[in-house]
Formats: sequence, C-alpha cells, structure tokens
Amino acid sequence: MQDRIYMDNSATSQPDPQVVKAMLPYFIEQYAVASSQFSHTPGIQAREGLDQAREIITKKLNAEQESVIFTSGGTESNNLALKGTAWAHQGKKNHLVISKIVHNSVLHSAQWLEKQGFDITYIDVDEQGFIDPDHIREAITNQTILVSVQHANHEVGTIQPVQEIARICQDADTLFHIDACRSFTMLDLNLQTLPADLVSITGHLIHGPKGVGALYIRPGTKIQKWQHGGYHEFDKRAGTENVAGIVGFGKSVELAQQKHVDYIRGLQKQLMDGLIQEIKGTVINGPLDPDKRHPGNVNVSFSRVEGESVVLHLDMKGISVITGSACFSRSLEPSYVMMAMGFSHERAHGSIRFTLSRFNQESEIGRVIRSCNDVVESLRKISPLQ
Amino acid sequence: MAIPYTQKVLNHFMHPHNVGKIKNADAQATEGSPACGDMVKVYLKVDSDTKVITDIKFESYGCASNIATGSIITDLAKNKSIEEAKAISWKTANDELGGLPPVKVHCAVLAVDALRTAIENYEHQHGLLKHKIPTSEEIVMKRLSRVINPLAGLDVVKTKLVQKCNIQNGCATIYLELPEDHQFAGNIKNEIIERIEPLWDIHKVIVIFRGD
Repeated sequence: MQDRIYMDNSATSQPDPQVVKAMLPYFIEQYAVASSQFSHTPGIQAREGLDQAREIITKKLNAEQESVIFTSGGTESNNLALKGTAWAHQGKKNHLVISKIVHNSVLHSAQWLEKQGFDITYIDVDEQGFIDPDHIREAITNQTILVSVQHANHEVGTIQPVQEIARICQDADTLFHIDACRSFTMLDLNLQTLPADLVSITGHLIHGPKGVGALYIRPGTKIQKWQHGGYHEFDKRAGTENVAGIVGFGKSVELAQQKHVDYIRGLQKQLMDGLIQEIKGTVINGPLDPDKRHPGNVNVSFSRVEGESVVLHLDMKGISVITGSACFSRSLEPSYVMMAMGFSHERAHGSIRFTLSRFNQESEIGRVIRSCNDVVESLRKISPLQ
Repeated sequence: MAIPYTQKVLNHFMHPHNVGKIKNADAQATEGSPACGDMVKVYLKVDSDTKVITDIKFESYGCASNIATGSIITDLAKNKSIEEAKAISWKTANDELGGLPPVKVHCAVLAVDALRTAIENYEHQHGLLKHKIPTSEEIVMKRLSRVINPLAGLDVVKTKLVQKCNIQNGCATIYLELPEDHQFAGNIKNEIIERIEPLWDIHKVIVIFRGD
C-alpha cells in the first residue's frame, strides 16, 4: 500500500507535531485551571499559557486587547455570534441577513432564530458562489441586527468581498459577522482595516487541535452570554478553559506563514490544471479566478459518474477526498451549497472536493490526477449516461 | 475496514459482473435518474422458446451499493427463466450481498425494479401478458411517474411537467410542459418514449412540447 494522501483539509487538518508538543505539558504538569492572577502557582502558569495563546491570535487578527474569547470551536463561535447578538437586541430589532451558502452552524442557527420569531433574509449567490454586495445593501432594514457571511466557503472555496460588505454594514449601522474558520491565517484578515464586529475562527483547520476555536467580538458589541456558569472569558462564555487546546491553537497560529499559502496555491494550480487537462468532461465548481478562491480548495465535477463511487474508489487507492453527492451525505440530500449556486443535481452528485494543506507533497498531485483518471474512466465504462 | 459495506459489496463494486450494453437486446429498462444520484439500465436477451434469460447486462450511474446490486442481480438472473427471475427481490439481493446499510437499501430496490421492468417490457412486446389490459391514460401516467424531472429531482407527473396524455388507436400522445429547446427536453423525451413504447398495444409514442 502506498502512503495515504489526505486531501480533506476543509473537514479537518493534520495537527502539526510542534502543536502536539506544545500541548503536552498542559496535560502532564500544567493541568491546573487557568485562574486569576491571585491564585496558586500552577494556576498562574496555566493562565500564562492561555494568555500567551490569546495574544498570538489577537495579534494575528490585529485586534484589540481582550476582544478574542475562546470557545469549543467554529460551530460554537458561529452559534454565539448569531444567537448572542440576536438575543441582545431582542425587542428592539428582529432581522438578520445571511448568505445561502454559509456553514451549517450559521444556517441552522439562523433557522432556529427564525422559529423564535426573528426574520431572516437569505442572500442568493451566483453560479460561482459569490454574493453581490448590493443584495446585502438592499436586504438591510432599520430592523437588521446582523449580517453574516463566510469569508471562504468550505465546499467550493469562494472568497466573499468582505471588505465591501463590511463597509455597507458600517454605513447602515448593522453588525457584521464573518465566519473565517477556513480563511484564518490563509487569507488577509486585519481587523484594523476590516471593520467586522464578530469573527469566528477555529484551530483544527490550521493544524491545531479539535475542540477549540475563538470568537472575536469588537469591544462595545452587545452580545448575550448563553452558556452560564463562572466568569470565564471576560464573562462572555462560562466553563473551565481548555488550556491545552488553546495553547495548541496558539501554536498553530504562530506556525502559520505566508510561504505556506504560496506553496498551497502552487499545488492547487497543478491539481486544477491537471484534472481539467487529463480528464475530459471535468468542470470546475466555484470561482474560476484562483485569486478569488481559497488557496487549498479544488472542487470539480466529472460528468457521467456519481461522486460516492469516485470517493470510494479513490479511498481504496489511498486517497482521502469527499463529494457533494446525496449518497455520501447523512441527509441524503445533495449539497445545499451547490443547489444554491444553481447546479443541476447531476453536477452536485458528481462533485469531488480536494482540499490541500502544507503537508501535501508535490509528488502527490500527479498520483491523484492519475488515480482520478483511472477511476473516472472505469466508472464511465459502466455508466448508462452518454 | 470501517466502511459500512461488506467485503462482498466491495468486491462487486470494484469488479462488477455483467457490465455493459447488449446490442439488439430483446428488452431493456431504465430506473432512476442522474438527478436522484442513482440510475440503472438493464438489458435482456431471452430465448424465445424456453423463455430463459441467456444474457443480461447492466449499466450504472450510482453509488457503490447501486453498482454492487446491479452486479449481483444480473448474476442471479442469468440462465433463469423470466418467471424465476421475476422472483428476485431486493431482499434476495440484499441477502446475497451480506446486507446493505439501511440508508442504501433504496439503491438495491432500484436495480431490482430495472430488472422487473425489463422483464415486464419483454412480456409486453412478446405477447406474454396473461391479462391484456388495454393501455389507459391512467396506466401511462403511472409509468410516467417513474420518469424523473432533472430540474427538481422528482418525477414528471408530481412536478406537473406532464399533466395530460392521450391514447388513440395504439398511439400515445404525451404533452410535456417544456419548450422543445430546453436543455433537458431531449433527455426527458427519450425517457418517456422508453417507458411507454414497450406497452403491448402501443405502436407509437408522440411527445408534444409546450408551444408546439
């Protein structure tokens, strides 16, 4: 068996060994609760680890002091951003605006708020997944609490014009939330120049540990705490902090470099060009302009073949990728992202997502293209579609 | 392996038996649609004296359980009489494969449906029906309710793409609520003809597009 090729980095990424190493002492020696500065020594040491991680992340975002709170991950950050701001404005305003291709944690939070009586406007996207900022402008009313978009889409990699949307929200005096779970450390995200009010980020997509994320909350933003208990995280999120995880998250951010992004972009281009050139009947899903696409995202549909079969064949060849096919999903529904982009069911069922990281090797690209070619060819031979 | 497929399913998926087309098949049938994510086509060659299936092949656009079921049921039906082959159920296929994950059972049903429809089409076309019921509009609409509208992923009757049909002197006229130049017009037309043409007393199928 050849070495496994992992190209499912938009689901989760391989923890960097240096991250694991940085976390270990917090399981073995510095396991105390990160307590206030007047506690015992082990507690203070744990606190220092946590503060350091917060500082690394705050700096990376170019954000204000005490603006970043730790959570259990991107899903919790997105839940808190939507529900926390909606509840904080309850009785005064009642409207939220989200894009149709946001992550499920935003989409389902919004749908739940809708059941609680809030109004939600779902913004369409075009066939490459882009939001038209004018549609956001038109959707905002004097009742709008929050606009939420995803910086880079998890399935097709579309990068939204967040700078423009942020300005629109600022002019309209509406909060702006960005789900940056897939873009943090990969795309420019400078909160001194980007006027966003809430930003969700997570550790495990950037070679950090699972189960830890953060939410940036611009100072002064009204948000209702909804996990009650102690006074952790500036009294915005109760619960003993996951110090080891947070330290690992901090380390993963510290390790992230621009040269990794450039390297991944190179792999992305090779893979995308190779698939198009080598396999007839391949279409790109998502942005055609690589500058408007997440550096690690390649998403294609191979005509006349179904995605789950492709994924299973590739798995047997030691390659990990996923599909937007209904057969693959828990819901047995084709990808809602692709449906919102106006794709035919067949194109969604045939879509294959490859998501790259700095741990992928150049030599893997050729093997993936050859394997895809073999698999697609053998499946087309038995396909009734012409 | 943690994949919820048995080794037998995986073997049939990796190396499916009886794959391809049969030229000059005595009967054929298609079930499912790319819009649903699963589609199976079954071709039959039947000995006209003994009524034994001498050759059977299938084509599949679908997931692993769809391909594996197509492979196993064609194995099971080969060299059986059409009466014996009719008795092959999704449960037979499921048992032979060592059990499919419950969410994948519909894929087995689809392949078995294709086999049964192919046999039924053979009977229609070769005067083997025990009860020759004259084709009614109701029968046509029922058959059409298995043609999938790729725009919606649901059938053409439910989605009101076909609202009426007409049967006269062995000619079935189907009114399709689509313009002739629509991207799916050709596909849907072919599927409708394939569905209706085998009926024993139908000699001609005409599909009329909106605006014709």
